[in-house]
Amino acid sequence: MREITYLEAIREALQQKMREDDSVYLIGEDIAEYGGAFGVTVGMLEEFGKERIRNTPISEEVIIGVAAGSAMTGMRPVAEIMFSDFITIAMDDIANQAAKIRYMFGGKARVPIVIRTAGGGGTGAAGQHSQSLEALLAHIPGLKVVMPSCPYDAKGLLLASINDDNPVVFIEHKLLYKNKKYIQHVPGEMYEIPLGKGDIKRKGKDLTIVATSFMVQKSLDAAEDLKKEYNMDCEVVDLRTLRPLDIDLILKSVNKTGKLACVEEAPVFGGFMGEVASQVTEKGFDMLDAPIIRIAGRNCPVPYSLVLENEMIPGVERIKSSIKKMAGLSQGKE
Amino acid sequence: MKKVKGINKASKKEKFLDIDGHKIRDSFPDLGREEKIGILRTMYRIRHFEFQTEQFIIRGMIHGTCHLYIGEEASATGAIAAIGPKDYITSTHRGHGHCIAKGANLNIMMAELLGKKTGYCKGKGGSMHIADVGAGNLGANGIVGGSIGIATGAALTCKMKKNGRIVICFFGDGAANRGNFHGALNMASIWDLPIIYLCENNVYGMSTPVKEAFNIKRISDRKYAYGIDGITIDGNDVTEVYNTISHYASLCRKGMGPVLVESLTYRYRGHSKSDAQVYRSKEEVKKWMEMDPIKRYAGRLISENLITPEDDKQIEKEVISEIAEADRFAQDSPFPDPADVEEDVYA
Ligand SMILES: Cc1ncc(C[n+]2csc(CCOP(=O)(O)OP(=O)(O)O)c2C)c(N)n1
Ligand SMILES: [Mg+2]
Repeated sequence: MREITYLEAIREALQQKMREDDSVYLIGEDIAEYGGAFGVTVGMLEEFGKERIRNTPISEEVIIGVAAGSAMTGMRPVAEIMFSDFITIAMDDIANQAAKIRYMFGGKARVPIVIRTAGGGGTGAAGQHSQSLEALLAHIPGLKVVMPSCPYDAKGLLLASINDDNPVVFIEHKLLYKNKKYIQHVPGEMYEIPLGKGDIKRKGKDLTIVATSFMVQKSLDAAEDLKKEYNMDCEVVDLRTLRPLDIDLILKSVNKTGKLACVEEAPVFGGFMGEVASQVTEKGFDMLDAPIIRIAGRNCPVPYSLVLENEMIPGVERIKSSIKKMAGLSQGKE
Repeated sequence: MKKVKGINKASKKEKFLDIDGHKIRDSFPDLGREEKIGILRTMYRIRHFEFQTEQFIIRGMIHGTCHLYIGEEASATGAIAAIGPKDYITSTHRGHGHCIAKGANLNIMMAELLGKKTGYCKGKGGSMHIADVGAGNLGANGIVGGSIGIATGAALTCKMKKNGRIVICFFGDGAANRGNFHGALNMASIWDLPIIYLCENNVYGMSTPVKEAFNIKRISDRKYAYGIDGITIDGNDVTEVYNTISHYASLCRKGMGPVLVESLTYRYRGHSKSDAQVYRSKEEVKKWMEMDPIKRYAGRLISENLITPEDDKQIEKEVISEIAEADRFAQDSPFPDPADVEEDVYA
C-alpha cells in the first residue's frame, strides 16, 4: 500500500480533478515554474500549461475577485493564497463578494471557488506569516471552511471542496505538508469526504478532545501519552470542517465522556472553539461533568523567537497538562 | 511632471547630469571625502552582514526565513545617504540593507535575527520585522507592499506638522502590483505629499519575472497615471542613486512631491531561505555580478584618488571585524523569557 504526504495528497487531488474537468484551473502567486511557495503545485505547469496554471502578479484581492467572477460564469477555479495571513488583503472579495453573492441574488448564482491557503505557525515566520484566521472566515455565512489534519482527509476534502458549488476556504497546515511522520495510505482513485462531517481520530471514553488541523496530530500524541502515563482514555474528534460544523458528532462523544477540551492554535480570545463550547453548552449542558476548557494560542501575535513561539502556540505538553488539571490528575500548570 | 524651479540659479561650477532624460544636479561631488568613504563602508556593512546571515541560515540558526539584500546595496545606501537622519523610511521583507543604511546598530540587528531579547524587537519580530523607529526606520514588512500605506501616512504627518521631513518608501517590483500601490500613489499625488516611492526592481518578485507581471516596460511609467514625476535609474550605481534621491528629496521638501523612482538592481541570492532558482539562469546571475555595485563604487573612489586599493581592503577588513563583534554579541545574548510572550500587544 502506498503511503504519501499531505502535500502529495493535495497535489494528487488537484491533478486528478483537472484531468477530469476542464473548467477547473489554478490561480495564484508563484504556482507555475516555482510550484508554489510550499511546492504543492510542482510539476503541474508541465502537465497543464500556463492557461490552467495561472501565475499571477502579487494581487491577492484580484486573485479572489477573478476566481469568483469566473466561477459565476462557468469555471471552477482553485485559488492559492500563499499564506493564510494574506487572506486579509482579499477580504472584500471573499467576505463581501464571493460569500454573499448567492444569497443576495436570491439563490440565482453560484460561486464554486476553492481558496487553498497555508495557515498556522511553528515555522519562525512571525506575526504576518503564521496566523490561524479560521474564526474570521467561519463567521461569514456563505463560506465553508475546511481544515484537514492528515493526507487521507486532505485529498477527500479537497475533492469535495472543488465539487461543492459554494466558496470554500481550504486551510492547509505548513507543518503537515512534508512531514513524513504523518504519511498515510491514500487511495489512488478520486474519492470525496463530505463537508460538514467530523471524524473520530481516536476512540476513548474518559474525555473528548475536539481539534482541527495540526492540533489534531498534537492532540493524538497527547492522548497517547495520557493513556500510557495515567491510563486515561481520550477521544479525539477532528472537526475537518469548521463550517458546516458537525455538532452532532461532538455531542455524541461528550455524551459518552462527560468532559470536553477544545484545542486550537489561534489566540483563545474569539477563537473558533468558543463556538464549539457554546453550542455544546446550549445543546448538551446535562452531559457535562466539568466546565469545558479551551487550550489555545496566547492572546498575542505569533512571535518570532522559538522560545516565545513555543509559548504562544499550544504544544503536546500544554495539551497534556491542561487536560490533567481538568481531569484532576495533577495541579499541572496551564 | 512638476516644474523644477530655481535650478538655473545654481552656481557656475555645478554640473548637471542627464539621468533617464531628467536634468539632475550632480550633487555627489559636494560630499566630503569621509562621507564618500562612509558610503562605501555602508555598502560593505550590508554585504558582510548578509554574508553572516547566510552563514546563520546554513548553520540552521535562523528560525524562520530571511531575504538577503546582497547585490542591491547601492540602492538603499545611495538613497538613504541623500536624506537626513530625521527623515523616515519604510522597508520591506528584504530589509536588512535599508535598516543598516539608516544607521541601525549591527549588534542589535543581529541579535534580532537570532531571536534574542536584546534584538530590535526583543525577539518578537525577526528578520522580516526589524524596525528602528527612533532612527526613522518605520520597519521591515512581511507583507509585500505592506508599508506603502504606512509610508504615505508618515508623509502626511510631515506635511501636516510642517516639520520639513520627507519619507522614502522602499518596495519591490512585485509590490508595485498590489492594489494599495495605486491607492497610495493617487492619494499622495492629490495631496502633494513629501514622499519618494522607491521601487527596487530586481527583475523578479519571488519567481515571477517583471516582464510577466507587467505589461509596461518601465514601472516608472506609472507616473502618468498619477500626474507625478517618475524616473528609472541604475540602482547599482550608488552615485546615480544618490544624485537622483538628493534631487527629489529637495523637491519634496519644497512641496513638490511625490515621485516614483524605479531603481534597477538584482539580487544575487535566491528569493529566501529556500529557493532552487529554477526561474533564472546562472549566466544571468553572473552577468549582473559583473556590474557589482560595491566594486564599481570602490573603483570610482580609487580612480578619483580618494582611496587606494589598500584603503579599500582596510575598510572591508574593519567592517568584517564589526560583523564578527555583532555575531558575538548576538550569540552571547539571552533569549526572551517565555513569560513575556503577551507583553507589548497594546500600548
Ligand atoms: C501580500 C503578500 N503576498 C505575497 C507574499 C509572499 N512573497 C514574499 S516576497 C514576494 C516577492 C516580492 O517581490 P518584490 O516586491 O519584487 O520584492 P523582492 O523579493 O524581489 O525584493 C512574495 C510573493 C507576501 N509576503 N505578501
Ligand atoms: Mg523584486
